[in-house]
Amino acid sequence: MSGGGGSAAEVAAVLVPLPVILPLCAAGLKLVIGARLERVQRFISAAVLLAVLVVSLVLLVTADRHGPQVMDAGGWPPPVGIVLVADRLSALMLVISSAVTLCVLVYSVGQGMADNDEATPLSVFHPSYLVLVAGVSDTFLAGDLFNLYVGFEIMLTASYVLLTIGGTLARIRAGATYAVVSLLSSVLFLTAVGVVYAATGTVTMAELPGRLDDLPHGVGAVIQVVLLGVFGIKAAVFPLAAWLPDSYPTAPAPVTAVFAGLLTKVGVYAMLRTQTLLFPGNRIADVLMVVALLSLLVGILGAVAQTDLKRLLSFTLVSHIGFMVFGIALATPQGVSGAIYYVAHHITVQTTLFLVAGLIERRSGTTDLQSLGGLTSLAPLLAVAFFVPAMNLAGIPPLSGFLGKLGLLRAGIADGGALAYVLVAGATLTSLLTLYALAKAWNLAFWRAPTPEMSVVGTVLDTAEGASPEEGDDGDGDENGAGADGTSGGPGRPSEEGARQPAGDAPDAGGAAAWGRAAGPGPAGGGGGPGRRGRRGKRRAVLPAVRRTTATFGGQEITTSTTLPVSMVGSTVALVVFGLAFTVLAGPMFGLTQRAAGELLARTPYVEAVMQR
Amino acid sequence: MTGTVALIVCGGVLFASGTAMLLARPLTRILLGAVLVGNGVNLLVLATSGPAGDAALLYPGTTRRAHMADPLPQAFILTAIVITLALTAFLVAMAYRSWQLSGSDDVPDDIEDIRIVRRAAYAEERERLRATYRARRHEYRALAHEEEEREAQEHSAFQRLGKARDQYRELRRRVRAEARAFRARQARAEETAEESEGEDDPWQTILGADR
Repeated sequence: MSGGGGSAAEVAAVLVPLPVILPLCAAGLKLVIGARLERVQRFISAAVLLAVLVVSLVLLVTADRHGPQVMDAGGWPPPVGIVLVADRLSALMLVISSAVTLCVLVYSVGQGMADNDEATPLSVFHPSYLVLVAGVSDTFLAGDLFNLYVGFEIMLTASYVLLTIGGTLARIRAGATYAVVSLLSSVLFLTAVGVVYAATGTVTMAELPGRLDDLPHGVGAVIQVVLLGVFGIKAAVFPLAAWLPDSYPTAPAPVTAVFAGLLTKVGVYAMLRTQTLLFPGNRIADVLMVVALLSLLVGILGAVAQTDLKRLLSFTLVSHIGFMVFGIALATPQGVSGAIYYVAHHITVQTTLFLVAGLIERRSGTTDLQSLGGLTSLAPLLAVAFFVPAMNLAGIPPLSGFLGKLGLLRAGIADGGALAYVLVAGATLTSLLTLYALAKAWNLAFWRAPTPEMSVVGTVLDTAEGASPEEGDDGDGDENGAGADGTSGGPGRPSEEGARQPAGDAPDAGGAAAWGRAAGPGPAGGGGGPGRRGRRGKRRAVLPAVRRTTATFGGQEITTSTTLPVSMVGSTVALVVFGLAFTVLAGPMFGLTQRAAGELLARTPYVEAVMQR
Repeated sequence: MTGTVALIVCGGVLFASGTAMLLARPLTRILLGAVLVGNGVNLLVLATSGPAGDAALLYPGTTRRAHMADPLPQAFILTAIVITLALTAFLVAMAYRSWQLSGSDDVPDDIEDIRIVRRAAYAEERERLRATYRARRHEYRALAHEEEEREAQEHSAFQRLGKARDQYRELRRRVRAEARAFRARQARAEETAEESEGEDDPWQTILGADR
C-alpha cells in the first residue's frame, strides 16, 4: 500500500480476491451437491452473492478513502505475478454488479419455483451463474491484460452455457451466433495480448503506461485499435453489435437481464480502463465519437422498428452504449465521470427492464407487443415496475437517466469541438427516440384495451394450474362416456347430459393434451351437446394464434398466471428502487464518479499503488 | 524480439484460414475454424518469446539463466490451449444438439430478423394494394355518381308526370262532379215537372189551354 492506509486498508487488501474466489468455491460446491438439497443450495447462492456485495462495499469505501487496494496472487510481486487491483472504478463496478446479480438470483429462484422446474436451475443455472459472477468480478479486478483475458473467458464460457440452457433449437441457434462472435473476439484479444507483450515485454497494466508511451506512434495505435475492436465487440458498439439482438432475447428472462445489464458493461469498463490508463492523450477521439454517434442512432432506429419487447430493449441497449463511448471519447474529467455514472445507471435500469419483460411474459405468455394489451388494468404493479425504469432509461428529468445524460451533454458542450456538438445533438435525438420507442411499447402493452389473446391465455392456463392433469383426464373420460350413452339412449338423455356439462367441462380446459383427447370422441357423440363442441372449437381455434415462447430454464412454453410469484416481483421492485437510489443519491454518487475519473485520468495513483510497495 | 519467421508465417496462415472457416454455416466447420484460429494465435504468442533457449525450469545450481527461454508466453499459451479446448468441447456439444434437433448443424438466419424484413415487404405490398384500391374506389364512385344523377333525373321526370296525372285526375273529378250535379238538377226538375203535371203547373195556371 503506497498511501499508508493503516490496518483497515490492509484488511481490505486481503478482501480483494474474494469477489472472484467466493462464487467459484460456491459453484464447485453446488456441482458436487447436484440437484439435491434445494433450500440449502438457494441459501448458498444468495449468501455468497450477499457476501460479495458486502465485500465490494467495503472495498469501495476503502478504495475511496485510502487509494487503490492491491493483492498479489500467490505472493508473486507484479512484474512476474498476477495482481488484483480494486480502485474506485473497479470497486464501484463490483458494488453495482453484485447488487444486480443478487437481485437477479432471487428472481431466478422465484422463476424456477414458479415453473416447477427445479432440476435445471439447480444443477446447471446456479453453478454457471456463479462462475459468470466470478468472471465478471475478475474482469473488474484484473491488474494485467492477460488476467483480463482470463476473466473475459471465465465469463464467456459461463455465458455460453447460460444462453443455451435447456438446449432448444432457438437457443442453440442464438448460442451459435453468440459463441462464434465471442470466440472471435477472444482470439483477437489473445492476439492483442501477444502484440502488447512483443512490443513492451510486459502485460501488467501498471507497468504498461511507461513502456507504451516510449513506443513509436504507429505501434501504439495498432495496439489501441485492436484492443478497442475487442472491447467494442464485447460492449456491442455499432458496427460490431449485430450479434446482440439476435442472441439475447431467446434466453430465460434472468439470463437475458444479467447479460444485458452486465456483460456489455464489462466491455465498456475494459474500454474505460485501457483508454485512460494505457492510451492517454486521446489520439483516436474522433473515431470513437463517430462510432458513438452511429451506435446511438442506428441502435435506436433499430429499436423503433421492433415489435417484440425484448428485442426492442436489446436495441436500446446497443444504442445507449453510445452514451458511454461518447464519455470515453471526450476523455475530460466530466466526460469520464459522466460515463461512469451512466454505466452504473444503465446496468441497473436495463436489468430491471428485462426482468419486467420476464414478468410480462409470465403474465401473458408472450412479449410480442402486437398480442399484448391492457396490462395496466390487469397488472397495475407490473405497469408501475415497467413505467419507472422505462422513463428512467428515456431520461425524464428527476430520474438518474436524465442526470447521466445531462452530465454527458454538459461535458460535450464544455469540450466545444464541432464533432462534440454533433454528438450532443445526436444524443438528444436518441433520448427522444428512446422515449418514443418506450412510449410505443407502453401504449401497446399497457394502455390499450386487453387483446383477446390476453384473456384467453390467462384463463386457459390458470385452470391448468388449478386442476392436476390426472383429474382432468378422468373427468374427460367420464364425460365422453356419458355423451355416447346419451345418443344411444334416445331423446330422454340429452337434458341430463346437459346438466352434467359444466362439471365435465371445467377440467376439460385443463390443457392442450386434454383437448386433443376430447376432439376424437366428440363428433361420435352425435347430438350429445352441440353447445359444448362449439365452445371447444372456439378455444381450439384460438390456441395456434398464441406464439410459442421458450422462456423457462428448460426451454418449455411458460405457464402464465395472474398471480406473479412474490420473489420475482420483490426482486424486480428492489431493482427499481435501487435504480431510483441513483437519483436520490445523485450528489454523493457524482462526487464519487468525479473522484474515480480524476484517479483514472491522473494514472499515477494506480501505477504507484501497484508498483511501489 | 528476434524469433523465427516460420512461426509467424505459420501462425498467420492458420489464423487466416481459421477465420475464413468461421464464416461458414455448418457448426462443424466453425468448430474446425475455431481450432485453427486458436492454434494460429498460440503460435503468434509463442513467436513473441524471442529466440529459443533452455527450458525455463530453475533447478538448484542452474547456471545458464541467460540462455533460458521466456516462460511467460508459454504460460499464456498453456492457459489459452485449455480455454480453446473447453470451447471446442462446447461447440461439439452444440453442433451435436443442433443436429439432433433439426437434422443439420447449419446456423440458420434469425427468425425475428426475417419477420421484420417480411413486415417491411408486407407494408409495401399493402401500400401498393391500397393505392390500387383507392384508384378503383375512385372509379367506382364516379360511376355511382353518374348513376345517381341519372336516377335523380328519371325521378324528377316521374314526379312531373305524376303531378300532371294528379292535375288531370283532379280536373276529371271536378268535371264529373259538375256533370253529376247537372244531371241531378235536371232529374229533379223533370221529376217535379211530372209530379206537378196537371195540378200545380204554373204554365198551366198561366197559359191554361193555350199551351
